[in-house]
Amino acid sequence: MYGKKVKLRFLFLALILVSVILLVILILQSLKKNVVYFQSPSEIKLLVDINEKKIRVGGMVKKQSININSNVVSFIITDFKNEINVSYSGAVPNLFAEGKGVVAEGFLKDKNYFLATKILAKHDENYMPPEVKKAIGDK
Amino acid sequence: MLASQIGYFSLILGLIFSFLLVASSIKNFNDSNKNINQKILTLSFLQLFFVITSFIGLIFSFISSDFSNETVFNNSHTTKPLFYKISGTWGNHEGSLLLWLLILTLFIFLFLVKSNEQPKKYRLLTLLFQQVIIIGFFLFLLKTSNPFNQLFPVPKEGLGLNPILQDPALAIHPPILYLGYVGSSIVFSASLSAVTQNYISKEWALHIKKWILISWFFLSIGIMLGSIWAYYELGWGGFWFWDPVENVSLMPWLTLTALLHCVLVLEKRITLTSWIVVLSIATFILSMCGTFLVRSGILNSVHTFANDPERGIFILIFLFILILLSLLIFFIFHKEKSENIKKIFWLSKETSILINNWFMMYFLSVVLIGTTYPIFLDVISGLKISVGPPFYQKLIVPFLIPFLLFMAIGPRLNWIKSKLENKLSLIIFFILSIFLAFFILKKLNLDLLINTVLISSAFYLFFITLRDFFIKKFNNFSQTTAHFSFSILILSILFNSILSSEIIANIKVGEKFQFNKGNILFEKIVKNESSNYQSVIGHFKIKNDDGKIIYLKPELRIYNQPITITSEADIKTTFLSDTFLVMNLVKGQEYFNIRYQVKPFMIWIWISVSLMSLGGLISVFKKKHEK
Repeated sequence: MYGKKVKLRFLFLALILVSVILLVILILQSLKKNVVYFQSPSEIKLLVDINEKKIRVGGMVKKQSININSNVVSFIITDFKNEINVSYSGAVPNLFAEGKGVVAEGFLKDKNYFLATKILAKHDENYMPPEVKKAIGDK
Repeated sequence: MLASQIGYFSLILGLIFSFLLVASSIKNFNDSNKNINQKILTLSFLQLFFVITSFIGLIFSFISSDFSNETVFNNSHTTKPLFYKISGTWGNHEGSLLLWLLILTLFIFLFLVKSNEQPKKYRLLTLLFQQVIIIGFFLFLLKTSNPFNQLFPVPKEGLGLNPILQDPALAIHPPILYLGYVGSSIVFSASLSAVTQNYISKEWALHIKKWILISWFFLSIGIMLGSIWAYYELGWGGFWFWDPVENVSLMPWLTLTALLHCVLVLEKRITLTSWIVVLSIATFILSMCGTFLVRSGILNSVHTFANDPERGIFILIFLFILILLSLLIFFIFHKEKSENIKKIFWLSKETSILINNWFMMYFLSVVLIGTTYPIFLDVISGLKISVGPPFYQKLIVPFLIPFLLFMAIGPRLNWIKSKLENKLSLIIFFILSIFLAFFILKKLNLDLLINTVLISSAFYLFFITLRDFFIKKFNNFSQTTAHFSFSILILSILFNSILSSEIIANIKVGEKFQFNKGNILFEKIVKNESSNYQSVIGHFKIKNDDGKIIYLKPELRIYNQPITITSEADIKTTFLSDTFLVMNLVKGQEYFNIRYQVKPFMIWIWISVSLMSLGGLISVFKKKHEK
């Protein structure tokens, strides 16, 4: 019915279409797996169940809450409504200090305890991540 | 004061010259002259002259710390070293836009001078399109980000430049990167003009190829400088973090690389014409997005500096108009030339270049989705998310395997129809690479399947290109150099990521920290004063696992204006590996937080990228020579 050429071209197009669809599915799937959600201490308090996904917690480092020994830094993140204990062993960025904004990435152990695997660095003393701004509201 | 005034008025004069240029090129377009009117060249030169004057005016305001100028006030300080006063000129939003404008006008002038052999109408149209972009930038500068705003009363002291930007690599990073970005604007204007003139031809390919190569060269070097800076200044010890700001510079690089390969096809045969135009448009639009996303505050990145969202809106509108305009021109004027459609066989250079493009587009879409998805999700649902490095690694790394293999074989094919020659040696090299990769990984006690396959394909490219250097028949020196360097790049990245080791500890002065078989001794701290910062230098004695002792002296700098602490890593570089030590002070505590890293083959990442870019540059000069 159709020439060999047409068939070949059709096959080729179908192949491209299928591979594009597969790739898109692949991308979306791994996007789903690797997305890190941002939550404030208050949002964590409202959580129903604690899953094992990596999240980010943002807020202010509570004054006089930093405690440090030879391999763990622990501190409290607060959004002035609720707070959460964080413990962290790793490199601390320069601008990490009491009373300053912070974003910590890691895993929730329970509603009051967060095990951080990374504390995010910022470039600018006055800069506050939008997430932190949102988390601490108008304050 | 005066320098600032001169700068401002030169800027306005430059804008006037834009309109003069538009008017005279329209006049020149339809007259009977065969050549471009000499007056246009003069006008373009004058425009360049005034923009340069304006830029120098800004530099002078910075050097003389003229705080009546708002930009200087916001970004400079009297105690800053001269070098950073100058580099502070483009270390801020206003100044960097002025630099963009400067390069835009410089490039169109060079284009006019260098394109003598091209048809008149094509040159004039390119000038016109470029002037549309230039006028857009003039308006944007004057309206929303005037670098010469006056302050009254005049402040006594400036706010200072963000100390993290006071660094040699970052001083030259923006100009180089912009040369790459703006170079793509010429490619953009030229291909739109070639479409309208139906001038997409072999001659055009030969001529535009130089511009593509030059912008590709600068873009590659610019990205690398940013990466080097992030490596030693941010203290994270990596070279690529898949941060949105890095990603936006990678995206135009991917399209430009695809374009570079496509133009090679066009040089020989008239095919892929519409694809080339689409790539040119995409590269420039992505470059513009790159500049503005960094500064507009749309992107949520750790790199984001303080910013002003209102500027973003102007830019979005400008971008939107440019995209619409270019697509309109493309659809109205583009005609696929049918005279030359010959059959392309499966096994040919054309196919292999098409495959390269498919890969580039795939990498681009991964990066694009990963970068923009959080923005869309935030707008739609208000959810704040970020996409981590594993996303990119998982999606890109496996595809590198076929990519590397095609990269090795592709250049050996002939145009139109080809046979694989020397099949035997290709297979021998393949087996050799697999064995080599396997033994290395076995020796290191790592035998992950994916690593073996990846490293073997990188080795394969390495050997094949290495051999191609010595074979006359495949002697395309610049291409072989670029592909060869790419194989070194991938190899060093792979070994670097597999073999890197890291130790993080909190340690007091005088303490010793034990790890495996080695230890880190914090001997003492020494204080030091410089013109605009105080520094605390830690002296560390490190005994590695293998018993070797090294001394490292990382530094903490406390800048006076703005008061900021930065840490300067101390890095000992050898050809085999980097040792990297950075320390941080946790405020109000006596503990120092240190991060000690051993990073094998780090220097080869920079060397290979430089070599690869040079490979591209060589090919610019080679073509000139042959003529």
